[in-house]
Amino acid sequence: MNLAYRDIRHGLGRFLLTCVGLGLLLGVVLAMIGIYRGLVVDALTIARAPAVDLWVVEANTRGPFAEASRIPGDIREAVARIADVTAAGSITYQTVETEHGGGKLRLYVIGYELTRPGGPPQIAEGREIARSHYEMVADKSSGLTLGDRIRLGRHVFTVVGLTRHQVNSGGDPAVYITLPDAQKLQFDLAPPAARVQLARGTGGSSRDTVNAVVARLHANASPDAVAETVHRWKHLSAITQEAQELILTRSLVDRARRQIGLFTSLLLVVSAVIIALIIYTMTMEKLKQIATLKLIGAPDRTIIGMIVQQALALGFIGFAIGATLIFNIKDYFPRRVVLEPDNVMILGLIVFVVCLLSSGLGVRAALRVDPATALGG
Amino acid sequence: MSDTPERPIVHVDRISKHFGEGETRVDALRDVSLSVYPGQVVALLGPSGSGKTTLLNVIGCILDPSSGSMELDGEPVIENGQWLRSNLRRLRLDKIGFIFQFHNLIPFLDATDNVALVLQLTGADAVAARTRALELLDYLEVGHRRSAMPAKLSGGEAQRVAIARALANKPRIILADEPTAALDSRRAGIVMDLLRKVAVEQEAAIIAVTHDEKIFDRFDRIFSLRDGRLDGGEDVTG
Repeated sequence: MNLAYRDIRHGLGRFLLTCVGLGLLLGVVLAMIGIYRGLVVDALTIARAPAVDLWVVEANTRGPFAEASRIPGDIREAVARIADVTAAGSITYQTVETEHGGGKLRLYVIGYELTRPGGPPQIAEGREIARSHYEMVADKSSGLTLGDRIRLGRHVFTVVGLTRHQVNSGGDPAVYITLPDAQKLQFDLAPPAARVQLARGTGGSSRDTVNAVVARLHANASPDAVAETVHRWKHLSAITQEAQELILTRSLVDRARRQIGLFTSLLLVVSAVIIALIIYTMTMEKLKQIATLKLIGAPDRTIIGMIVQQALALGFIGFAIGATLIFNIKDYFPRRVVLEPDNVMILGLIVFVVCLLSSGLGVRAALRVDPATALGG
Repeated sequence: MSDTPERPIVHVDRISKHFGEGETRVDALRDVSLSVYPGQVVALLGPSGSGKTTLLNVIGCILDPSSGSMELDGEPVIENGQWLRSNLRRLRLDKIGFIFQFHNLIPFLDATDNVALVLQLTGADAVAARTRALELLDYLEVGHRRSAMPAKLSGGEAQRVAIARALANKPRIILADEPTAALDSRRAGIVMDLLRKVAVEQEAAIIAVTHDEKIFDRFDRIFSLRDGRLDGGEDVTG
């Protein structure tokens, strides 16, 4: 006779309500873990999109994401000539706010050279950019659809393709346009005084400026060795892909990552305390019954089994409710929620351990019950 | 009870129990001796604090005495205030049935399972336990309520289920703590008749703590406790 099951069945509504409450709490914990992972994944998405081995940026900067970087566009040709470099492409990044559908829309505009590294990694719908001007590939999270026309600077661009999950570390959806369009966009957005200067021919700076040159290397080439070669040109720095990802996670999103991590840890502690309280209360409500069971000769293992099984059932059902909830609503979050199987398994394991430890409190209370308390009304 | 068998089922010999030491010492039992024989139904009377429940707890193997000896069903279990067995839980399960003032049925088990539980604790399989439980419920004329949860049982029905539970393992000793306190006169009489029937048919010894004067005539002997001392026992069987 399974006493834990019988007790749960007797008060099924109350038990399930408790499970739902715990499930919501664990759902929030899972959501925070997903947001935490999503932040890191988002931060790396744009850096991984070109699928390159090396980033050539302005000297003494950690660009183009962590710091501003501006280098001449013709650097690409020089980089392409380095031994072990198989392909190189110029690339620009800028954040633009425009209007669409009657509201403001923040976009992370990426300019790249067609047929060279730096373009969208995969087109989910539509096609790649085929014309030299005024076409764009946008991320679905922007809300743009194929055929939409949107103004960037002085020109109207047509959405010809859509990507998925291409956002910057701030969560702004990425749009890809051609490098000349992007350079013009940067020029158009410059202050009027700078434009006047440029028109008079005294601006001193060329419009052929990019934020970085990305390069792909031979499979057996050492990115560090190629980076060393670039370093010899005093006006440039080279960052390997591995170093670039480290900069993004350790520097760009580090504070937000730690903030969410700390909050997640606090939530876990709160969850553990609540689970412990629920299980302890469930046990305390049964002390008279436990005393009776002990008096009529029930062994300790029967009583321990009842408490531990109920604690584990509570944790398991609560966790299942929380996980089901979050897996079903995670795509409706404004920022990406990434839940990997290992995250879910680790939280499940933590809940299991917390339930076991919490049931220890209840077991301790139950084992200390004097069977004599069952007598005497 | 006209003839007293030679060997008592419960034999308490000069049991004492005190709580605390020095100025705070309280002597709950002082050299209490008592013998109860098969088929006997005896009552323990006494004012509050006289030591009735303490004596019941010692006989029920849930309280250590300070001194004295005790035999249950012919087996020495306490000698000079020391338990002779380590597994008192098993001793209770095998030899003693308990009946409580407020029945103390497990609220999440139906009437049958409340009785079957005790049998399963001894290792009986589920089917055999349920069969025996149903027999007992029928025996105590509460079989028609076999599937009812305790909250749905009347006071008398619940107490009869509790008696069925106490009898499940065919114990030789039944300890009852105010078994009729929560019942009216008619139901109290029915419960006492049942206990007497059990005592006679199963050759069990029944010791009941009670204040219920309306059932005094249902006991074979009545012992009075006052300040931890027990009188010799008044034979009320006539």
